[in-house]
Amino acid sequence: MAKYDLNDDSVVVIIGSGAGGGTLANELCQKSFKVVLLEAGKRQSSATFHNDEWFAFNQLAWLDKRTTSGTWRVAKDFPNLPAWICKTVGGTTTHWAGASLRLQEHEFKAKTTYSGVNGANLLDWPLTLAELEPYYAKAENKMGVTRTNDIPGLPGNNNFKVMYNGATKVGYKTVHTGRMAINSRPRDDRSSCWQLGFCFQGCKSGAKWSTLYTEIPKAEKTGKLDLRTQSQVLQIQHDDNGKATGVLYADKNGNHNVQRARIVCVAGNSIETPRLLLNSHSSKFPNGLANSSGQVGKNYMRHTTGSVYAIFKEPVHMYRGTVMAGIIQDESIHDPKRGFAGGFEMETISLGLPFTAAFLNPGAWGRDYARQMEGFNNMAGMWIVGEDMPQESNAVTLHPSEKDQFGLPIPNVHYDDHPNDVAMRNYAYKQGAAVYEAVGAVETIQTPPYPSTHNLGTARMSEKPSDGVCNKYGQTHDIKNLFISDGSQFTTGGGENPTLTIVTLAIRQADYIAGESTKRNL
Amino acid sequence: MNRRDFLKRSALAAAGTAVAASSAGVVAFAASESEAGVFTEAERTTLLKMARQIYPHDKLEDTYYAKVVNVLAGDAAKDPDLAKLLKDGVANLNQVAGGDFASLSPDKQIEALKKIETTPFFQKVRSTETVALYNNPEVWKVFGYPGPSFPIGGYLHHGFNDLKWLPDPPESASPKPA
Repeated sequence: MAKYDLNDDSVVVIIGSGAGGGTLANELCQKSFKVVLLEAGKRQSSATFHNDEWFAFNQLAWLDKRTTSGTWRVAKDFPNLPAWICKTVGGTTTHWAGASLRLQEHEFKAKTTYSGVNGANLLDWPLTLAELEPYYAKAENKMGVTRTNDIPGLPGNNNFKVMYNGATKVGYKTVHTGRMAINSRPRDDRSSCWQLGFCFQGCKSGAKWSTLYTEIPKAEKTGKLDLRTQSQVLQIQHDDNGKATGVLYADKNGNHNVQRARIVCVAGNSIETPRLLLNSHSSKFPNGLANSSGQVGKNYMRHTTGSVYAIFKEPVHMYRGTVMAGIIQDESIHDPKRGFAGGFEMETISLGLPFTAAFLNPGAWGRDYARQMEGFNNMAGMWIVGEDMPQESNAVTLHPSEKDQFGLPIPNVHYDDHPNDVAMRNYAYKQGAAVYEAVGAVETIQTPPYPSTHNLGTARMSEKPSDGVCNKYGQTHDIKNLFISDGSQFTTGGGENPTLTIVTLAIRQADYIAGESTKRNL
Repeated sequence: MNRRDFLKRSALAAAGTAVAASSAGVVAFAASESEAGVFTEAERTTLLKMARQIYPHDKLEDTYYAKVVNVLAGDAAKDPDLAKLLKDGVANLNQVAGGDFASLSPDKQIEALKKIETTPFFQKVRSTETVALYNNPEVWKVFGYPGPSFPIGGYLHHGFNDLKWLPDPPESASPKPA
């Protein structure tokens, strides 16, 4: 592994090692860039992961205090845990379920397609599906997505059998075991899926793609990567010309260091990325870095989620096998006749007994709840992933008084459901229940959103610098050697699980950085 | 798993509760179980009956609910504010119950709990119990949840697709395992 000097200003500093940062680090190392990858968390491995929901949560999740506000139910149920994302090498790719769906053409053109949604701060992406297609193909190949590149689909588990039979009975047509970045055959020196059922807890078989054991070791092999764990960036620094010069970070011993850099790429996920930009305010940039538009932290999106669980007379054992074992795609269209703009996917989900207790109906108690819990083995479940509307008032902001262990303001995450989100969720709950009732559900349960795993949009791409934070390559409009490299770039959320698109954008960003470097524009 | 490991796990679990469920903030404390100190026998009994009514499972013996009380006692032993919250909460619950919550019928106990369900005391007991009850491997056994699957090599050869009461999807939707 490389070890670069703090004063080496020829390195690219990447902040965060998840889907965006981990991928970008490998892509740049493969192109012979010198990369310093700063990760706030510790390094785990398939060997140190645990098939234990609470243990893994404490091992992997980002638990630094955050506050919440707004009408979303997460603020009531989990006031200090707005997001269920990770602080560890590999970031949230350790925790994700693997669903890898391309955004659809109309989802890149949300403003044009959904015109006239009141109160939504909609914008078209500054790029098209056609522009991204070659990069989507590279990402799918890199991640080994099933049903692409001649990779067979995964075998469906019991939870999928229930979904499939119910879905086809109510007339849904596109129902299968999904496009998953989980090996159905050994590939890329990783095994095929063991159907462990603990995708969320870190994959112990390594079948599920994570930057932890794909991109990062590949980057290390080039000799170009200097990965520094337990290293949290506190500030991005700049010179009098407004060019980024490096980052101030706290290392694992609590020492503060400045790593100089020629390019800085931020991939801290959509809460920490805007928080870092805002916390990096200076006399030259009093409102934070890359924030001449005022859009840093704004338009926070988290998908219109929710789950439907159903209890049957017969056993299901939903927890056996892949968590997202299958998908219904028929509702992933824009059809305003349903009473809302945009669409949603329906994907199986399962939890173990401990997390079912925590998430099935947070706050509930008593006989009805206990009875539902006793139906655990006879339960099937699905998650709704729908497009939520960007709203300028949904925002990550700096807390006015509370500080973290480094003395910096903690983030507050404000989110009000848009009426479009509520209409979509209610429709999806109804459809999900219908799927299960078609195969004899005794009871269906509408489970409210979990803390957000899909955090998007807080440093969005825009054609015009006045509408957003970065251009279509993630390069900030204001500072040409500062890049946004995670889901914060999303102009709108689309109705698809975002990781594939984050990886796709990272591959493309690496090409752009290389090209601009060759042209001496960077 | 030996008892020491189990205690360590429940400590982590309780920290998880604090993160997931506490409205007071993310509290990084290390919980441990205790049967001593803090609570009087009468207070323990009240908390145990309360814990049962919060998540009432006829198939669970009192020992599992007693463990919830032990976790509360372990936490309270390290945190005087929490000890006060819990002891005052028990006293208030008894008052709301007309004197002795533990001696009431289950229906009357539920009635009394409904009157205090928004209090920090009730929320603390409930959120602690969510983990202390359902994250207990002994309770998993009663519910038929096997916990870790890695030791058996996952469910690929252990029933991940053994559901028989519905037809198998076609291979186009659900290919056969490799």
